[in-house]
Amino acid sequence: MPETSSPRATLLRFENVVVVFQDGLKALDGVSFEMREGETRILLGAAGSGKTVLLKAAMGLIPTTAGRIYLFGDDITGKPEPELFDLRSKIGMLFQESALFDSMTVAQNVAYPLLNQRAINMPREKMEPAVRDSLQFVELEHTMERYPSELSGGMRRRVAIARAVVNKPPLLLYDSPTAGLDPITAHTIMALIIKERDVDNTTAIVVTYRYQDGNLVANFRYNPKSGRLDPVERTGPAGTAGTNTVFMVLREGRLIFEGNQAELESSADPYISKFVKLPEEDAA
Amino acid sequence: MLDILKGPIQAIQEFFQLTGRAIRNVARKPHYVDDILLQMDSIGFGSIPIVLLTGFFSGAVMAMQMGRSLQQYGQTGRTGEFVSIILVRELGPVLAAVMVAGRNASGIASELGSMKVTEQIDAMRALGTDPVQKLVTPRMIAAAVMLPCLTVIDDFVGMVGGWVISSLLFALPARQYWTSTWQALVWNDIGQGLLKPFVFSFAISLIGCFYGLRASGGTQGVGRATTQAMVYASVTIFLLDLFIGKIFVGQAAT
Repeated sequence: MPETSSPRATLLRFENVVVVFQDGLKALDGVSFEMREGETRILLGAAGSGKTVLLKAAMGLIPTTAGRIYLFGDDITGKPEPELFDLRSKIGMLFQESALFDSMTVAQNVAYPLLNQRAINMPREKMEPAVRDSLQFVELEHTMERYPSELSGGMRRRVAIARAVVNKPPLLLYDSPTAGLDPITAHTIMALIIKERDVDNTTAIVVTYRYQDGNLVANFRYNPKSGRLDPVERTGPAGTAGTNTVFMVLREGRLIFEGNQAELESSADPYISKFVKLPEEDAA
Repeated sequence: MLDILKGPIQAIQEFFQLTGRAIRNVARKPHYVDDILLQMDSIGFGSIPIVLLTGFFSGAVMAMQMGRSLQQYGQTGRTGEFVSIILVRELGPVLAAVMVAGRNASGIASELGSMKVTEQIDAMRALGTDPVQKLVTPRMIAAAVMLPCLTVIDDFVGMVGGWVISSLLFALPARQYWTSTWQALVWNDIGQGLLKPFVFSFAISLIGCFYGLRASGGTQGVGRATTQAMVYASVTIFLLDLFIGKIFVGQAAT
């Protein structure tokens, strides 16, 4: 993604966001950050650290207890659900367990946002090509008439990516895209995320507990000619090489780190350094 | 003490909020006609076999017991009258509703519960759909239309069951049975016989949806939601039956 000197628009801003559940559990505790267009944010954290809650709060799926969230410049805090639908149509979300609709075929799942999001308003004759394109993007166009239950976990994840990107949203939220997958499938999914970033120039948050996923996003770029990932030439310290990747670390609902890969790797915090262990084979 | 009451009161409040939203959505766009038809097929046509069986046997058993009692007074000719009044006023609506509750309140709760725990409900909201509009309102409309129809079928099949037993065991002529069956009914009976299933249908669909949408904690939570939906829907049916019955009994007396 080419670097520009002009200031980029803020797509998402958290201001001291607190989320407390009914049972008193504090899932997010004073989280603040500002995400600009073109950035890819890698959100690291252990299970139960509030990563999924952060993504759902960003879409207004979970109400905040305190603080404010600005999405595309609009304050979404306390907004009634129908008013959020238009804003949500500008976001693609990959849920942790894919969350494909069991009763629908793959093609119907991918077409769902086109049919149901009023803001998209796509003519029906354009829907089928859009669905096909999106499934081609994840290399699963042959599964259109199959049901999610007939697909493997990795394929379901890819269909869910196709559904998230079908209307070309400018912001993508990936919730643990590689969780529970074998290393090869996990690599395929991360390659798709990088491909989506480089082909459509999207802004994204990638929630993960695997540092190698973040490393891949920060240091590799999709090559449209070969269809493979090429390492980015480093002009400075690791993670500053033009992929515009920012790392964030959540611990028990608090944002304890925000910065680039070099800063992350040099952090003295023992919790952070536990995440920053990179097996060499994953980087290759 | 207050803490013990807090949970149930909050649940009741949330149930009425869901009911309000589901009813408001009837007049709001978009209308998911496909989903309504699909649910009518599932709740209505899918329940016909079970309603036919329970209706037939309940009518038959009633005729057998009534006929034997009436035989002592030499009044077996009135068997049809008793069967029709009890079926149309009480047994038909309650039995059909309890059967549909067992089949559909639990079915709805498990379907919606599974969707909830696999984040499909969140996905639906993320993709621009109100889950109440898409999932709850179609089920509510479908149940409200189909349960009165199922009750009519249940009543009729019950009367047929009564007729079979009356003619086989008590050698009652068909004309006598059906005449007394028909003549026993007044508009008050028909009114409560159709109003009851209409009201019960809301208990079935909304309680099923409510527990489904509240499910949490994986597959165990879905199982719990299914059981709760079935139990509370059945109890609510009997409770509502008492209230509606009281209104109509009071009306008939005046």
